Amino acid sequence: MAEIEIKNLHKSFGDFIAVKNSNLIIENKEFFVLLGPSGCGKTTTLRMIAGLELPTSGNIYLDKDDVGYLRASQRDIAFVFQLFALYPHLNVKNNLAFPLKMQKFSKKDIDSRVLEAAKLLRIDHILKSKVSSLAGGDRQRVALGRALVRRPKAFLMDEPLGTLDAEFRELMCLELRKLHDDIGATTVYVTHDQQEAMSMADRIAVMNEGEILQADTPQIIYNKPKTKFVANFIGSPGMNFIPINEKISPNQSSVSISETDVIIPPQREGSSSDQNFLGVRPENLKLVSENGIKGNIFGVEYLGSRKILTIETSLGNIKIRVDSDTNVKVNEQVQFNTLNDNQIIFDGSTDKAISSEFMV
Amino acid sequence: MDTSRSPLEPSSFSRKLAATIIIVYMVVTLIPISWIVATSFKSVDSAISYPPEVFFEPSLEGYVNLFTNRSRQPQEYLDSLPPPENWYQELVRSREMVITGPSKFVGRYSNSLIIGFGATFLSVFLGALAAYAFSRFKVPLKDDLMFFILSTRMFPPIAVAVPIFIMYRKLGLGDTHLGMIILYTVVNLSLAVWLLKGFMDEIPKEYEEAAMIDGYSRLQAFFKVVLPQAMTGIAATAIFCMIFSWNEYAFAVLLTQFNAQTAPPFIPTIIGEGGLDWPAIGAGTTLFLIPVMIFTVVLRKHLLRGITFGAVRK
Repeated sequence: MAEIEIKNLHKSFGDFIAVKNSNLIIENKEFFVLLGPSGCGKTTTLRMIAGLELPTSGNIYLDKDDVGYLRASQRDIAFVFQLFALYPHLNVKNNLAFPLKMQKFSKKDIDSRVLEAAKLLRIDHILKSKVSSLAGGDRQRVALGRALVRRPKAFLMDEPLGTLDAEFRELMCLELRKLHDDIGATTVYVTHDQQEAMSMADRIAVMNEGEILQADTPQIIYNKPKTKFVANFIGSPGMNFIPINEKISPNQSSVSISETDVIIPPQREGSSSDQNFLGVRPENLKLVSENGIKGNIFGVEYLGSRKILTIETSLGNIKIRVDSDTNVKVNEQVQFNTLNDNQIIFDGSTDKAISSEFMV
Repeated sequence: MDTSRSPLEPSSFSRKLAATIIIVYMVVTLIPISWIVATSFKSVDSAISYPPEVFFEPSLEGYVNLFTNRSRQPQEYLDSLPPPENWYQELVRSREMVITGPSKFVGRYSNSLIIGFGATFLSVFLGALAAYAFSRFKVPLKDDLMFFILSTRMFPPIAVAVPIFIMYRKLGLGDTHLGMIILYTVVNLSLAVWLLKGFMDEIPKEYEEAAMIDGYSRLQAFFKVVLPQAMTGIAATAIFCMIFSWNEYAFAVLLTQFNAQTAPPFIPTIIGEGGLDWPAIGAGTTLFLIPVMIFTVVLRKHLLRGITFGAVRK
């Protein structure tokens, strides 16, 4: 098992910069997720770790060894592809045995390792089947099994649940996480689905346009996003950004938004711009009867245990999470304010969070 | 109105029309073949009789004549010989002839097999390597090179017969198996590269990547993972290459004579007494049809899949 370190990793394809001078340390036995929209460089980063692409510059260390410019076959890493890449001309057993055959194991060792992996993934009853006859979930397990049998230093997974249907994806999320804990492997997992990332990861790195914006635990990423992009990308619905038409100075603890005072956590730094944003999660807002920002209900989404209200205001549409028994109608005039001081001020000129008592 | 049938299904009328067209086409194409097979079982007299005989007494004379050289002998000499040892000696004796030795047919036929299969194997093998490279790597001037390869097909190969004849004479490749294999490979290669590139493009590169991560080199991954999945394309390509090299006549007439002569130039020159030996020619042609027929039947599933491959993404 292994620690993976990425240092000043850079990759460009012609004029297009896929990964910009990235730095990361993925710890031993960590379940690490690279998250971002498509084209953000997450897959390219993963492929560089695997050795399927060579970096333009920078280094990749696997257990302190510089492997950045080695061939994939020399790195002792396993890769699970989005389309599984199971060899259709081989049956399940031979697919699992394929990586071992290269390593000149005896037939007996191969059989026992294949059986061990198959039992772990509960596919030992389909070892003789053709892969083309398998259902999506079983294919997924075979693909995982093929990564497992070799007992590599690290597992790299490129959106392995992307092609499964929703119900099955949730189940495989749990199974994958349990498998990771059982074998104690270092796993690097790429996805564009933030729910998948939040539910599985020890740590998440959010990427956009080739840059790693933030690498932290899911809780910190969710509650204390360092940039507007992260705040918006994580969470469903994403964070509200309410414009503030004033310059923020150090120690400031309230702002005035449409003639309403809104409490903010005491700021440690000031803003460079006088057009800033108050970032607040829908669950940190509440409806109030007075001293609130005014608006009209634009839409109500009933989600079972709660409702998401979209409120049309002069500041734009704001989303609020309320209890499902809250009784409001479309077009009704309401007021809202913050529930606590878990808010973040984003500097209008840099889109970065300003440090405060909350946003340490 | 009949609603039991999906509106997308062909109506029973169009089905019948399609079947009729296919049957008519089949009859038209099968008549020459069946006539050749029939001729091979006729006697020399019945083969050239006028009006042509549709019903005749079958005889193996054509096949005996195809495989043997014979000479006519006076009746007294035939009477002095010991009785014939087997049925074909008896057949020849009844025509007042004796067998003087085997004909060249077996040699010509095996030349055809060696050259046909050799050229097919080489075209498909080299074609697969080239197609893989064009499909996966950044080759400088890729499009121009692909066009250049295709352009070798834009004129009939026989158009370059004279330069090739001179070249082959200088190189000592005339009338050799190697020369013919190289020649047919060159002609087939452009088709092989183009056909196989289409198939290689359809194989996701993740398969090789998976194999390479699992410790295989690219060449090993090519043989273990890519080739088995390109089997459909390889089979389809092999059939086309085989049919060309097997049937090729013009270059074979021009470049081969004794050592490496293939069956096509040999069969029509089988001369009997006082003219062409039609039953023997029919027999030679019938036997000549068999390998390519078996080859096509064995690979026909691949061929069908090969032609429709890539039309709908799986």
